[in-house]
Amino acid sequence: MAYVPLADQEQELHHPHSWVTKYVWSQDHKVIAVQYGGTAIAVGVVALVLSLLMRLQLGFPETFDLIDPSSYYQSVTMHGMIMVVYLLTALFLGGFGNYLIPLMCGARDMVFPFLNMLSYWVYLLSVLILMASFFVGEGPTGAGWTLYPPQTNMAGTPGHDSGIVLMLLSLAVFIVAFTMGGLNYVVTVLQNRCRGLTMMRLPLSVWGIFVATCLGLFAFPALLVSAIMMLFDTLLGTSFFMPAVIESGTPLDHNGGSPILFQHLFWFFGHPEVYIVALPAFGLVSDVLSTHARKNIFGYRMMVWAIIAIGGLSFIVWAHHMYVSGMHPYFGFFFATTTLIIAVPTALKVYNWVLTLWEGDIRLNAPMYFAIGFIFTFIHGGLTGLFLGNVVIDLPLSDTYFVVAHFHMVMGVSPVLVLFAALYHWYPKITGRMFHEGMAKVHFWCTFLGTYAIYLPMHYLGFLGVPRRYYALGSTDFIPQSAHDLNTTITIAALFVGASQLLFFINIFWSLRNGKKADPNPWGSASLEWQTPDTPPVHGNWGPELPTVYRWAYDYSVPGAHQDFIPQNTPESVEPTVDEQHFDPDHDVSKADL
Amino acid sequence: MSELAVNQAQPQSGLDGLVDDWTADKQTYHVPWGKAMMWIFLVSDTFIFTCFLTGYLNVRMTTTQPWPPQSEIFALSFGGAPIPLILIAIMTFVLISSSGTMAMAVNMGYRKDKMKTFWLMCATAAFGVTFVSMQAFEWSKLILDEGVRPWGNPFGAPQFGSVFFMITGFHGLHVSAGVIYLLIVAFKVKRGDYDKKGFEIVEIAGLYWHFVDLVWVFIFAFFYLL
Repeated sequence: MAYVPLADQEQELHHPHSWVTKYVWSQDHKVIAVQYGGTAIAVGVVALVLSLLMRLQLGFPETFDLIDPSSYYQSVTMHGMIMVVYLLTALFLGGFGNYLIPLMCGARDMVFPFLNMLSYWVYLLSVLILMASFFVGEGPTGAGWTLYPPQTNMAGTPGHDSGIVLMLLSLAVFIVAFTMGGLNYVVTVLQNRCRGLTMMRLPLSVWGIFVATCLGLFAFPALLVSAIMMLFDTLLGTSFFMPAVIESGTPLDHNGGSPILFQHLFWFFGHPEVYIVALPAFGLVSDVLSTHARKNIFGYRMMVWAIIAIGGLSFIVWAHHMYVSGMHPYFGFFFATTTLIIAVPTALKVYNWVLTLWEGDIRLNAPMYFAIGFIFTFIHGGLTGLFLGNVVIDLPLSDTYFVVAHFHMVMGVSPVLVLFAALYHWYPKITGRMFHEGMAKVHFWCTFLGTYAIYLPMHYLGFLGVPRRYYALGSTDFIPQSAHDLNTTITIAALFVGASQLLFFINIFWSLRNGKKADPNPWGSASLEWQTPDTPPVHGNWGPELPTVYRWAYDYSVPGAHQDFIPQNTPESVEPTVDEQHFDPDHDVSKADL
Repeated sequence: MSELAVNQAQPQSGLDGLVDDWTADKQTYHVPWGKAMMWIFLVSDTFIFTCFLTGYLNVRMTTTQPWPPQSEIFALSFGGAPIPLILIAIMTFVLISSSGTMAMAVNMGYRKDKMKTFWLMCATAAFGVTFVSMQAFEWSKLILDEGVRPWGNPFGAPQFGSVFFMITGFHGLHVSAGVIYLLIVAFKVKRGDYDKKGFEIVEIAGLYWHFVDLVWVFIFAFFYLL
């Protein structure tokens, strides 16, 4: 019997019959994507509010009694963990991954729709477990999002009774959910592409999400293992991570464990996690930039290899988070070197984004604002990363506001700007309505300038040596009055940025009903998801026949073409082919031919 | 693939050719979706067990007390003479035998011999159940007779018990889940669910089973022998 690829076989699509199976227990990747996105954004708002509470305390100490030292630490912890794992990871991979992968691959759905549905519900369970920790015992854990032992298990740490247990449980459940979704994304990209769609014709969004998912599948195990070990330490009294500790004069019932082991396991997950968030952002922003600049992405093959190289390298840099843990100098030397090497493919991507804009026919639509804003914040955050990647510079800057500024620029603000760019860019496809362009642009300026007002001064505070994670700075000699004033300014900016996010919510909800009806392809995009027969795409995506792809996703401003873009599914007989299968990076074909 | 040929005038050689082959039209590997998924899941699972074993080696180095003598603890007495590691040796033998019956089941599946597939999978599951039962016996012996607990034991480093229960427990869960998985697939094979779709599912279940066996070999080597 001849081998027939599964994608060619008749697929059994479970067509929903009732409202519940259509919108609640749905196996449609698009509905699951919206469920993932909605949950992630909702829990992200909780984390945003927590950060504003912290800022109020820092900017106006002794003015508000909204939070005490304990709840300050709990806010730090929950803000960090929610933002990194439950918002960014879930929204990029669960949200955009689910929505875009089947559409961009020309598939009818993910390969295992049922598992995909399960993935969302288990994710929701993990969010609920995490939120439950606000309401039990002493509240959520206050150990910082890194959950370093032995501090996590000591009586002085808020939430050491039940908060930490719920946190670890929630993470373990999240990892189960992620694995179910992640296997789907990876197998769909590998095995379920439509005719003619080689991987080297995939939009960079898919590449970014694909490699990030692989990272997740190989990095989350380390977190799962450390969560299990720490649960044992907490609940059973084992000593995996607990050394002999004396707490208020009494020796605890632990000995011989290794806190450093936890740090290694945690950062073996934690550093790839940075790229689990960053790589999808790189991919999405590439597509937004290329579409709105009406130009092919510069150096497509290089961009793909850079994503893969960053993904691979991200597994051998983790200990640069641990320079202050007292490591051997050669060890530090190794990790500083790999850290700086990872800057090479990253810088390459930045150059390629800028060169994509170069002499493009740039349309300054709202998504493009956010995409260009991302280039600024990302370069900024990336450069401070070079400081912190070096052992000798990291040591004095460690645990100061410089670090806070660095990672918020590079993996807070930057991915969030891409999220907004992507949400606005794909909003017309997801909902079938246009958003309010003016409101989106105001939202951009408030967010972009506002976040700079928050994080730029923090670099200065860091150089002064202002430590992070302090509830109140008090009066200390090395912190001048100007630093305190700056803290107040930062808080005002933070409140402003927080409030301006309302514009986003008003915009997307208002436009759902009142927005102009969207064209099927309002931005004139060449990639496959805009070529669906229906907008928004219906169950099964493609009508009776799957599309066939004849070219890459970046045929913009092709000389001699009828429009300034050629959809991926346009045959060569209709439009000329400038397929960059073997694109020479030294030679920008589209410009040379112009 | 003819559409593709239009754009690729010349087959590429060297690295580009490798990339083209790997990223070709429609699907990268000529395997069913389920099999690709199982492979990727197993790589992910490998990372879990690697982290467990690395963690174990690490705490064994950091602990301040001497590591208990495993070969004495895991010895059984027959006729008055203790034989070191005898139970573990039998368990390992049982598990490895189950890989043999599993491989035969996969073969019979591809020959569409449903009854033989069914019985061989049941035999594999039976070996699995035997393994888990012997593990339960080992656990109860250690807990009840020797006084080993996750948080401490009379022989030395408390990490010994922690690691033992955690890693063998996690592996035992894998075996138990595998037994259930095998039995479900076996009954569906017998019922004729795969007559049309083909019997790849047997091989997919087999992949998981062989993986669980392979992991055991590492646990055996690192925990019992080292």
